[in-house]
Amino acid sequence: MHELALHILDMVQNCLDAGASEVVLEIVEDQADDVLLIRVSDNGRGMTAEQVAQVRSPFYTSRTTRRVGLGVPLIDMTTAQCGGHLKIESRPGKGTVMEACYRLSHIDRPPLGDMAGTLKTLLIGSQDVDFTYRHTVDGRQFALSSRELQEALAGVPFYDPEVWEWLSGYLRENFCRLYGGATE
Amino acid sequence: MKSLEDLKKLREKLQAGNAVRQGGSTQIIVGMGTCGIAAGAREALNAIMDEIAKRKLRDVVVRQTGCIGMCEKEPLVDVVREGEARITYGHVTPEVARKIVAEHVVNDRIVDENVVAKLTD
Repeated sequence: MHELALHILDMVQNCLDAGASEVVLEIVEDQADDVLLIRVSDNGRGMTAEQVAQVRSPFYTSRTTRRVGLGVPLIDMTTAQCGGHLKIESRPGKGTVMEACYRLSHIDRPPLGDMAGTLKTLLIGSQDVDFTYRHTVDGRQFALSSRELQEALAGVPFYDPEVWEWLSGYLRENFCRLYGGATE
Repeated sequence: MKSLEDLKKLREKLQAGNAVRQGGSTQIIVGMGTCGIAAGAREALNAIMDEIAKRKLRDVVVRQTGCIGMCEKEPLVDVVREGEARITYGHVTPEVARKIVAEHVVNDRIVDENVVAKLTD
């Protein structure tokens, strides 16, 4: 995967597979500290210490359709290649926190990529999940809550044509602002 | 700047115009496991949604699923319509995704060259 935004999509997909009803996704980009941090926290079924120890191996998976699982090993590999780390904390019945950390300026660090596309995909896939997004770039912040969006929508789904167009424009504006660019 | 207040107004406008769907006659399901994501499932889903938005299709439900075990054919997209066979499309690039909406969903013509499975129940 050539974008961190794809790893992020994969990480949140793991939360949904774990039956989470609440997911918090935080991204911090800070030039002064030379760090790019991705933290995904959920209240899903969690993992035992033994599972946490195994999850970095490509030959571990909870899925039954195949005997390999590449999501976490791929993230583990890219963080290690970029002077960073992948931290996994989990408790059965409580949830999981995954924290992927990269050196922002590392030459091998994949670009963050299309976060708007990832967010829109996540909103379509997590209609029943309370999803919170907080993204900070050198002190500027963009926050989004799926619950707030759903309250405004009062039952109209994210895949409604006009809601989708609104969402696309909303994210475009906010990412422009986040990165200090002009909004349309 | 767009705000949540604007979204609320948009929703009220949709509800007032009776534009809100009453459930969908077509379901589109995109595989979003690691295999799907790595192969371009996010791009496929966004292309499907952009095409639905452009055509203002209001009777289509878009959902996601995990890995179903045909990873080499990802991105996989299923089209489910009542009383018809469930069609699974493979290698769905954004271009194929737009074609599936335009041909299969709108014009009722299955995009044969990308079909990897047909399931009748």
